[in-house]
Amino acid sequence: MSAVISADPPSAGEARAGLTLALPALMLFTGVVVIPLAMTVMLSFHDWGQYKGIEPVFILKNWREIVEDPYYAEMFWRTFRVAALATLITAVFGVPEAYILNRMQGPWKGLFLLVIIGPLLISVVARTLGWALLFGGNNGLANKLLMTSGLIDSPVKFMFTETGMVVALAHAMMPFMVLAVWTALQRLDPQIENAALSLGAGSLTVMRRIVLPQIMPGVLSGAIIVFSLSASAFATPAIIGGRRLKVAATLAYDEFLNTLNWPLGAAVAVLLLIALILIVVGSNTLIERRYQEMFR
Amino acid sequence: MSLLELDRVGKSFGPNIAVEEFSLAVTKGEFISFLGPSGCGKTTTLQMIAGFLDPSHGAIRLEGRDLVAVPPAKRGLGIVFQSYALFPHMTAAENVAFGLEMRKVSRSEREERVRAALALVGLAGYEGRHPRRMSGGQQQRVALARALVIRPSVLLLDEPLSNLDARLREDMQIELRQIQRNLGTTTILVTHDQIEAMSLSDRIVVMSKGRIEQIGTPQQVYEQPASAFVAQFLGKTNEFAAAVDRTVAPAKLVAGGWSAPAPAGVTGAVTVSVRPERISFGDAGLAARITSRIFQGNHWLFQCDTECGPAIVIRQNDGQGQPEHGAAVHLAWRAADMSLRSAGGAA
Repeated sequence: MSAVISADPPSAGEARAGLTLALPALMLFTGVVVIPLAMTVMLSFHDWGQYKGIEPVFILKNWREIVEDPYYAEMFWRTFRVAALATLITAVFGVPEAYILNRMQGPWKGLFLLVIIGPLLISVVARTLGWALLFGGNNGLANKLLMTSGLIDSPVKFMFTETGMVVALAHAMMPFMVLAVWTALQRLDPQIENAALSLGAGSLTVMRRIVLPQIMPGVLSGAIIVFSLSASAFATPAIIGGRRLKVAATLAYDEFLNTLNWPLGAAVAVLLLIALILIVVGSNTLIERRYQEMFR
Repeated sequence: MSLLELDRVGKSFGPNIAVEEFSLAVTKGEFISFLGPSGCGKTTTLQMIAGFLDPSHGAIRLEGRDLVAVPPAKRGLGIVFQSYALFPHMTAAENVAFGLEMRKVSRSEREERVRAALALVGLAGYEGRHPRRMSGGQQQRVALARALVIRPSVLLLDEPLSNLDARLREDMQIELRQIQRNLGTTTILVTHDQIEAMSLSDRIVVMSKGRIEQIGTPQQVYEQPASAFVAQFLGKTNEFAAAVDRTVAPAKLVAGGWSAPAPAGVTGAVTVSVRPERISFGDAGLAARITSRIFQGNHWLFQCDTECGPAIVIRQNDGQGQPEHGAAVHLAWRAADMSLRSAGGAA
C-alpha cells in the first residue's frame, strides 16, 4: 500500500511481495500459453517422414517448403484476402448499424442490441451450417426459392467459394464491429451534431466531417478484432470452403490430423501467428500515432 | 421593430407540457436572459429557437419571416453549448473555421476572420491547439469564437458558464458582456444563476414550470417581482403576514410591532415582502431576537426570530457596531422598500 502512496522506489521486499502475488497467474500463463507455443515453434524445425515419423532435429525443411512452394503462398494470400474483405464488409454495414442503434430509444434499443449480439450466443458451426442449408447447391432453401420463382437459372454458387466464405465470416464477425463502433459513439458529445448543424453543415457533412473522424478509432479497433479473428477462423472456412478451398487455419489442421505431418502444420501455424502479430501491432501503432491528439 | 419574435410558443412532450404560451419580442442588440430553475422550459425554448426542436404551437419569427420551417443549418444563429461541443479532432482554428467553410468563405478571408475571432476572445496564438489540450475556460472561449465568427443574427448561449469555477465565471461574465456590447450581437442566455442573469442582461425572462413569470429589466424583476416565485428566486426575501387596520384614521398597515400608512386600495390580509438588505435595526418596529449572525466580509448576515416568523437581515460592514447574538432588536423598513401581495395570491 505504501508503495502506491509514497513516491519512493519500491524496496526489495516490496518487489518480492509483488512477484509472489503475481506468481500463480504467471505460472498458469507459462503453463498453458508460453510452453505450448515454444514447443510448437520447436516442432516447426523438426523433420518428418511417411515411415519414420517425427525426428527431433533442427532443420529448415518445413520453412523452406512453405516459402518455396506457391501452394502455401496461395493459401496465405487467400487467408488474408478473405479476412480483409470480411473486415471491409463488417465496417461498411456495421458502422451505420451502430449509428442507428445508438440513436434508438427505449425498448427498441435493447431489442435490437440483442438481435445484433444474438449471433454470438449461437455456435459458429450452427450458424455456418445455416448458410449451407440456405445456399447448399440445388437443395439449398434460398436457391430452391430463387430458382422456382425464376429469378435465377442455376443455383447461386456459395459453398466452396471465397465469396461464401467472406459472407459467412462477415456475418459471424459483425457483432464485434458493431460493439466497437457503438462504444466509440457513446463517447460522442450528444450536442456535437447540433453544433455542426448550427454552423451550417448538412447532415451528410456532419457525418463525414464530424461523426466519422471521431468514431474512426472505434472502427479501426473493431477492424483489428474482426481481421485477426477472421484470419485465424477455423470453423467457417472449414464448413464453407471445405477441402477444396483451404485457408491457413484449415491447412494447419489438415497437416496435423490428416497428413500427420506435425512439423509442417506447426510451421504453418507459427507463420500465421507471426503474420497476425505483425499486422495487428503495426496497425495499432499507426492508429495510436494518428489519433494521439484526440486521446490525450 | 423586433428582430426575433416568439408568438405564444408552446412545446409538449406527450402529456407533459414543457413550455406554454411563451411570447417575447427581442430587439436588435439586446441581451436577454431566460432565468429559471432546471426543468422550467428555458433550454427547451432555446432549442426551439435554434431549430433542434419543433414547437407544438405558436410561431417564431426572425426579422419578420417564419423561422420554424427553416432547418437549423440555414438559420444562421450562433450557439454556445453547455458542454461547448467542440470538435475534438480539429484544432482551435479548424473549429472556428468550420462555420465559414460551410458558408464557402474564401480561404484567405477565412484565415483572417478566424485569427480575428480568436484574438477577440483572447486566444491569439492558440490556433494550432486541440480542444483536449485546453482548459475549460479556453475551450469556452473557442466555442464563443466559433459561434461569433459566422456573424450570427442572434447568439444563443446555453448555460455556457456553468462548468467554470466561480472566479473564472465572474471574469467570463465581464468579458462576455464587453464582447457583446462591442459587436452589438443580439444575445439570448439560458441560465439558472440569478447573479449571472442580472449582471449580464438588458432584460430577464423569469420562467417557472414552462410559463413566463415576469419579463423585465434586472432592477424591475428584483425590485418589483410580479409573483412570489420571482421574489424568492431572485435573491433572498422576507415575507411577513400583515393586515390593514381600518379602525384608526388614516388606515394603517400592521405587521406585529411594525406599522405604516396603508396604501390606497389595499384591504384585508396581505403579505409584505422585503429584501433583507432593506431592513434596518431600529428602536421601533417588528420585535425580533437575533438567533445567529454571520460575518461575510463586506456584510453581516443576521438570522432573526420575529413576531411574524423567521427573517434574515443583511447589513453593510460599515464600521458601525452591530447587534450581538441573542440581542432583542426591532426591524424596520421604508414603505417604498416593500412589495405587497394579497395573502394567498399574486397582487
